[in-house]
Amino acid sequence: MSEKTTYTLPIGPIHPALKEPVAFEFEIEGEKIVGVDLKVGHVHRAIEWIGTQRNPIQIIYLAERICGICNICHPLAFSRAVENIANIEVPERAEYIRTIMAELERIHSHILWAGVAAHEIGFDTVLHLSWAVREKVLDLIEYLTGNRITKAVFTIGGVRRDITKDQYPTINKALNYYKENLGVLVNTFLDDKTIQMRSKNCGILTEEDALKLCAVGPTTRASGIKKDVRVDQAYCAYGDLDIKVMTPDIVTGEVNGDVYDRIVVRLLEVEQSVDLIEQCLDKLPSGDLVAEPKIPKLLATLKKTEGEGIGRAEAPRGEVIHYVKLDGKNEAPYTWKVRAPTYNNLLAWIPMLMGEQIADIPIVAASTDPCMSCTNRVTVIRNNKKEILDNEELHRLSIEKTRRFAR
Amino acid sequence: MKNLSSEEIVQYFNDKFKEKIKDARIEKRSAGSKKKEFFNIWFKIDKSIFKEAINHLCEIQFPHFAVISGNDIGENIELVYHFSVYYGVRLKEISINISVEVPKSNLKIESICDIIPGALISEREIQEMLGVTVEGIPDNRRIFLIGNIPEGVYPWRKDEKGPQKLVRDMYE
Repeated sequence: MSEKTTYTLPIGPIHPALKEPVAFEFEIEGEKIVGVDLKVGHVHRAIEWIGTQRNPIQIIYLAERICGICNICHPLAFSRAVENIANIEVPERAEYIRTIMAELERIHSHILWAGVAAHEIGFDTVLHLSWAVREKVLDLIEYLTGNRITKAVFTIGGVRRDITKDQYPTINKALNYYKENLGVLVNTFLDDKTIQMRSKNCGILTEEDALKLCAVGPTTRASGIKKDVRVDQAYCAYGDLDIKVMTPDIVTGEVNGDVYDRIVVRLLEVEQSVDLIEQCLDKLPSGDLVAEPKIPKLLATLKKTEGEGIGRAEAPRGEVIHYVKLDGKNEAPYTWKVRAPTYNNLLAWIPMLMGEQIADIPIVAASTDPCMSCTNRVTVIRNNKKEILDNEELHRLSIEKTRRFAR
Repeated sequence: MKNLSSEEIVQYFNDKFKEKIKDARIEKRSAGSKKKEFFNIWFKIDKSIFKEAINHLCEIQFPHFAVISGNDIGENIELVYHFSVYYGVRLKEISINISVEVPKSNLKIESICDIIPGALISEREIQEMLGVTVEGIPDNRRIFLIGNIPEGVYPWRKDEKGPQKLVRDMYE
């Protein structure tokens, strides 16, 4: 009986597209993955510690820089935590504008992800198509907030930018663009034979694993677990809106928990976001934008406030939770803990990747939306000789697999 | 078990653990035009019943575990376990925040990974960030602090084991 030898394949850690770079160490038997280990923390920037040296208003802008893509959900969760402690009632109009901003973020993030996913399997025309479609929402965000990425619309107790009636035509034009063009994107992803072959029955996360590993966001919803903070809890304006949890069976009639299902969920959520924004614009109440417009007064109140609170929000990738403790003596919070969605999805990678092939690593890892294009340098130790596989090489392997299917 | 309201959840824990549950409070908040409500439950438990309390919580429903936060409060370290139950039902989710104090003289807490495997990353994090030993943790390695942070420096601590000196000497 011949003894099977395995070798180790380290992948990662750094790529600019990642908000949390990850180093994988795979144990490989031939082409098959038999062991997965991951290391994180390469860009631990001690943001929580920095936050405890700053006042809550300053932290909003710091929180916005935790992640380039979901820069709405962090200030939102932080503001909600502080508002919970200090019993600040956010004006209704501000709640609606917050919701609109959060949904705009979801549209751009999910379409960005769709492009990355297409790229990972070597379908670059779809990457360009997706990102061309995404451009419209960035233009809209810029029109509404002045910035494409860091939007700086949040403040404690409300928002800093209004949405006025004369902006409606531009917003509606952009939303109509999505209604007309999303169909093309959805069909491309869901009906294309090659994408189906690469994504169906690949990177499966069972319902049981998703539950036990406490996965969040589209990753857990694609496995059939109905968990979405927007549906579960009345925060911002979500309690007033008509919204339901998106699971893949809505389109396909079944839940497999594979990469395909995760694509389905995200695309459904883009359509849902367009609908939610329209609902918000319809119902947008009049009134103030912020509970306490005088920032020094607000900070003085917060300085005297003692207590702890949590703020949760549904980011494009899943639940975000911030814990804040104010000690009633200092302006800066005593403790600030940030939990981003990828944190809870890390462990879900392990069952997803087990048993898959090397060429599936990019798409499976990317399917939780951490942007696993971090495969910038890979060392393969084979027969005690080191071979360096770089990003292009690994990407080439993935493309080759797609071509094999396409033939 | 039928769905409990937030008051009933607090009662459910009080009935079982009596005086070992302290400072229970229910935060009621509302949002939007329709002022739909949501609830956050907070309570402190004695360290001796910690594991039992988590098991007790799992009997309500397998909870969603969010994260563990840590506060250095002088003599003790306070760990706050954030859970939620009844997710998936429209507007019915309840956050349950369970805090437990661990004395600095005996910084140990039991692992809950055997009940909720998803807690592993967070348990590894409190080990390295606060110097708490998690007993029975399946993976003992550091997670976020790799590289040049020395052993024995715990970034979330406010005492002499905190990162102050490390930060001060950073540019030397």
